[in-house]
Amino acid sequence: MKGNVIKYEQDNIDTDVIIPGQYLKIHDYAELASHAMEGLDPQFHSKVKEGDFILSGKNFGCGSSREHAPIALSHSGIKAVLALSFARIFYRNAVDGAFLLPIEIEEDAYQGISEGDEIEINVQLNEIKNITKNQTYKMKPFSEIIGKIIEAGGLFKYKPD
Amino acid sequence: MNIVEKILARASGKEKVSPDDVIFANVDKVMVHDVSGPGVIKVFDKLKKQGINVDKLWDSSKVWVAEDHFVPSAEKISAENIVKLQNFTKNYGIEKHFKYGMGQYGICHTISHEEAMVLPGEVYVGGDSHTNTTGALGAFAAGLGHTDIAYVLLNGKIWFKVPETLYFKLNGKLPDHVMAKDLILKIIGEIGTDGGAYQTMQFGGNGIEEMSVESRLTLCNMTTEAGAKNGIVEPDQKVVDYLSSRGASNITLVNGDADAEYSKIYEFESSEMEPIVAKPFSPENTSVVREAPNVELDKSYIGSCTGAKYEDLEAAARILKGRKVKIRTEVLPAAISIYKRAMENGLLKIFLDAGATVGPPTCGACCGAHMGVLAKDEICISTTNRNFPGRMGHVDSQTYLSSPLVAAASAVTGKITDPRDLN
Ligand code: SF4
Repeated sequence: MKGNVIKYEQDNIDTDVIIPGQYLKIHDYAELASHAMEGLDPQFHSKVKEGDFILSGKNFGCGSSREHAPIALSHSGIKAVLALSFARIFYRNAVDGAFLLPIEIEEDAYQGISEGDEIEINVQLNEIKNITKNQTYKMKPFSEIIGKIIEAGGLFKYKPD
Repeated sequence: MNIVEKILARASGKEKVSPDDVIFANVDKVMVHDVSGPGVIKVFDKLKKQGINVDKLWDSSKVWVAEDHFVPSAEKISAENIVKLQNFTKNYGIEKHFKYGMGQYGICHTISHEEAMVLPGEVYVGGDSHTNTTGALGAFAAGLGHTDIAYVLLNGKIWFKVPETLYFKLNGKLPDHVMAKDLILKIIGEIGTDGGAYQTMQFGGNGIEEMSVESRLTLCNMTTEAGAKNGIVEPDQKVVDYLSSRGASNITLVNGDADAEYSKIYEFESSEMEPIVAKPFSPENTSVVREAPNVELDKSYIGSCTGAKYEDLEAAARILKGRKVKIRTEVLPAAISIYKRAMENGLLKIFLDAGATVGPPTCGACCGAHMGVLAKDEICISTTNRNFPGRMGHVDSQTYLSSPLVAAASAVTGKITDPRDLN
């Protein structure tokens, strides 16, 4: 997976800014995407491209259980969110619904990767390569069940042993 | 094992489980509302296209439905979502559907306890992050997204990683002017909005024994704001009485073992507690009320699953009795049953005499949906649970989170006010 990074250098990006509450009644995925990140970055919709990644700090996706959040990001083109940590329901929704990859990173990647950098994510090697800066960082490996659900393509395609 | 481990062991057919084990737990109860219900319907449509059979639920008697976020409908998308939800429950034979305008209905988490929908020891999942609330009844109660809820509806089970448990030991009784809301704000202020991430927050000690079931519900409600997977209190006779008086029977009490393990223990001395607010824009941004900023408030909001249970309204009425509000004040009882009791016991009259307005049960402005959302630069004191940017309306509005006592006292003065400082 290769793409460019949109960076939000802050912690606790919550679902109220990823997709504000007034849009919860909407279940059309394209329309949700048009409001993604509206509460934090009104420019998001015009700058995001298919295959981009979001990079952020701790506790990404905290707040509500709205699956609208990973849906809005994924239907905007975001393939993965890289963060120092995630809120649990956002993390589950992203994986179980196969919307995008939630990738836990360490401080070196958080500091090292800048807005606009092109990076490549290699899940097999648990590695993130910064093509722009020619650096490599480790990502935290997925736990066993998460890895299997991702591989299957979502919870409904996963067959428990 | 502690209580959560015991519940999850039973639900997954194992003799013992430990933190970090991944299990598939059989689910006892499932809830969806007018936001997550249509979300689940959308997932069902997707599954149908993939050839997955969605004709029958695993057990429609274990599913219940609330109408809360967007009722009464302010525009046609919300109105259509309610129709979708009603068709859904009709098609799948779900009988427990609490409909707006047809007797008892209210905020989903409030209905969970008012109608005794969930019992101690059960695994309960809901399509809403504050499903944690119901852990106060001694259940494992956790929020899930639409895909996970769809999976539960079709398969009756879901995966969980067994959480580690943080144990909050409360010593002694809270002073009169301090409520469970102050306590949970204090805890979140100390551990932060990710302080309970992926973990259980369990509350115990003699301070909890003293506490009403409704106060325990407030504590568990806001474990979500600390990022916790669930909140829980070991059930006791108070819970049995509470649920029995609401029609439940066959209640069995599950408790942790004497040698149960907790990843960390925190202790709080109740008698030293003070009224607390969380300032914009995070529930962890707390301050003692007496040291809060001296801002001019525009509105006081007494509503939501966190702060409009009967006990919450009673507290607000204690303050507002014989006084007048100085700012826009809205009281929205969290369920019709609470609304009725508040009417019968004269609370509504107290609110109206004080100049406040009383609205129907709804999530309404708590999530910025409708019914009194905030304009740009407006400042609100609110008994709700979140104050992220834009949560209650305009992204440049501000919300201070407080107990109903503080929200009512502040309504009287127009400033953030400690109830002890009212004359
Ligand atoms: S009242 Fe607020 S916190 Fe409670 S369920 Fe409704 S939107 Fe969520």
